Amino acid sequence: MSTMTSTVDKSMMYALTDSATMLRRNLKRMLRYPSMTVLLIGMPIVFLLLFVYVFGGALGAGIGGAAGGRAEYLDYVTPAIILMTISSAVQGTSISVAMDMTEGIVDRFRTMAIARVSVLTGHVVGSLIQTMLAITAVLGVALAIGFRPSAGVGDWLAVVGVLVMMAFAFIWLSVALGLASKSVEAASNVGMPLVLLPFLGSGFVPTDSMPMVLRWFAEYQPFTPLIETLRGLLMGTPIGNNAAIAVGWCVVIALGGYLWSTKLFNRESSR
Amino acid sequence: MTTSQPAITATGLRKSFGEHVVLDGIDLRVPRGTVFSLLGANGAGKTTTVKILSTLIGATGGAAVVAGHDVAADPDAVRAAIGVTGQFSAVDNLLTGQENLILMADLHHLGRAAGRRRAAELLEQFDLVEAGKKTASTYSGGMRRRLDLAMTLVGSPQVIFLDEPTTGLDPRSRRGMWQIVRDLVAGGVTIFLTTQYLEEADELADRIAVLEHGRIVAEGTADELKRRIPGGHVLLRFAEVRDLESAARALGQVSRDSEALDLRVPHDGSLRSLKALLDRLDGASVEVDSLSVHTPDLDDVFLALTGNPKNEKVTSR
Repeated sequence: MSTMTSTVDKSMMYALTDSATMLRRNLKRMLRYPSMTVLLIGMPIVFLLLFVYVFGGALGAGIGGAAGGRAEYLDYVTPAIILMTISSAVQGTSISVAMDMTEGIVDRFRTMAIARVSVLTGHVVGSLIQTMLAITAVLGVALAIGFRPSAGVGDWLAVVGVLVMMAFAFIWLSVALGLASKSVEAASNVGMPLVLLPFLGSGFVPTDSMPMVLRWFAEYQPFTPLIETLRGLLMGTPIGNNAAIAVGWCVVIALGGYLWSTKLFNRESSR
Repeated sequence: MTTSQPAITATGLRKSFGEHVVLDGIDLRVPRGTVFSLLGANGAGKTTTVKILSTLIGATGGAAVVAGHDVAADPDAVRAAIGVTGQFSAVDNLLTGQENLILMADLHHLGRAAGRRRAAELLEQFDLVEAGKKTASTYSGGMRRRLDLAMTLVGSPQVIFLDEPTTGLDPRSRRGMWQIVRDLVAGGVTIFLTTQYLEEADELADRIAVLEHGRIVAEGTADELKRRIPGGHVLLRFAEVRDLESAARALGQVSRDSEALDLRVPHDGSLRSLKALLDRLDGASVEVDSLSVHTPDLDDVFLALTGNPKNEKVTSR
């Protein structure tokens, strides 16, 4: 019994050290290939500026009534842009996972006595760091152009927790999407719906301004409770049961992504 | 594990992808400390064999034991004892040569200091000290293969699989790779090498198995295989078509190439039969431009065994 426990301990430890090794590898790869990180951070920033300065005046008036304007719209849209940062950054996860799979190095890892899952956890933790940096950059731009959240210290801690949870879930999903892609090109397209989904929710305009069918979809798709939770924490708007639904979605997405990823990764390489 | 136990055994190994049978029951036995070469054209099943023996894919039938462990029952024990350099480069292109080696050392849990030492040793051994600081994407084909093999060696494997290690290399890099293989064997490791180059198998392998459509059609040492072909040939070159014609008439059973103006005459390698041949040419007063005697090489063996015409993808360089 004790030998069995020590074997388990040892394999757990190897899973951790191997994951740390793979994380170092992925962080180095990000530094050597910075253009992708820049692109992934740039896109939400462009959307932020576009929506605030081009559409913001008109949309702000629509949201806030007579008193509404660009500043009100900036406060309204920033939580959605932060979420879009996650869905944009995780596209990078799919791309780098798919890149790995097309190169021979993963077959090398498969013929070594290492904790197999570390190949994937290295990507997940690396992407998590990349995504949180991207969010920091986007939030920095938002604050610089006048975003004024009402959140207190406790709210901010909750915001960080919620963002990590959301990023973690979408990263596991993206790992699976990257593994399922036949090529790097395919992997770079497969995450597109994730970037568009915030538009079909309460991210950019309130859902009650939408036509019936779209409104129904917008209210039940996962991004709306995520956005509402984030908006509630940052701006003090009512959250209601959105937080619980958001956590539920994240658990489902993370677990589904994890199980799908490990299944795909452990199937026989036929490429 | 006793030393008498072979490094690799396979019995009735089969693999099919759906309807398509890739390996149709192959048996292998590779003694420790030897080089075994699996020779075959593209699509013969060489890479599939390596993938099964290195635990990358499972067999459809049969069994294989590598370094004393069953590949299906205990793949992790096999993985701990082997090193694989596949056909496609398995280096991280965004890392430097040194970082690639340290990555391997970390995955083998060598510890920081020992890992760095091992990486430095291998960079030295593979003539990559200068290149070690550059990212692998800048490497030439030969350097990339050397790094690839160096990464395989970080964990000091007992059994090394080399899947077409010199495909696409220039002649100088190829010879360098051969020397590395010889040094490894001298150090006591077992090498399982696949190649489509007959010369390479002849140069390196203690034993050769010829794989054809998923079956082993012949196995033995290079000499044993060559002995299966009764003899070589004498190649006669002529300056004029007229001479070629009269020589062909005088000699009877020959194969001729009228464009290149040469004749291949079957020949057993003995001096007596060579003299007889010359006498007959003299008797017909034919002017021969040049003459060369060819003993059978693995090329002849391969063609005779597989009945594979030259236009298929068998390459002999």
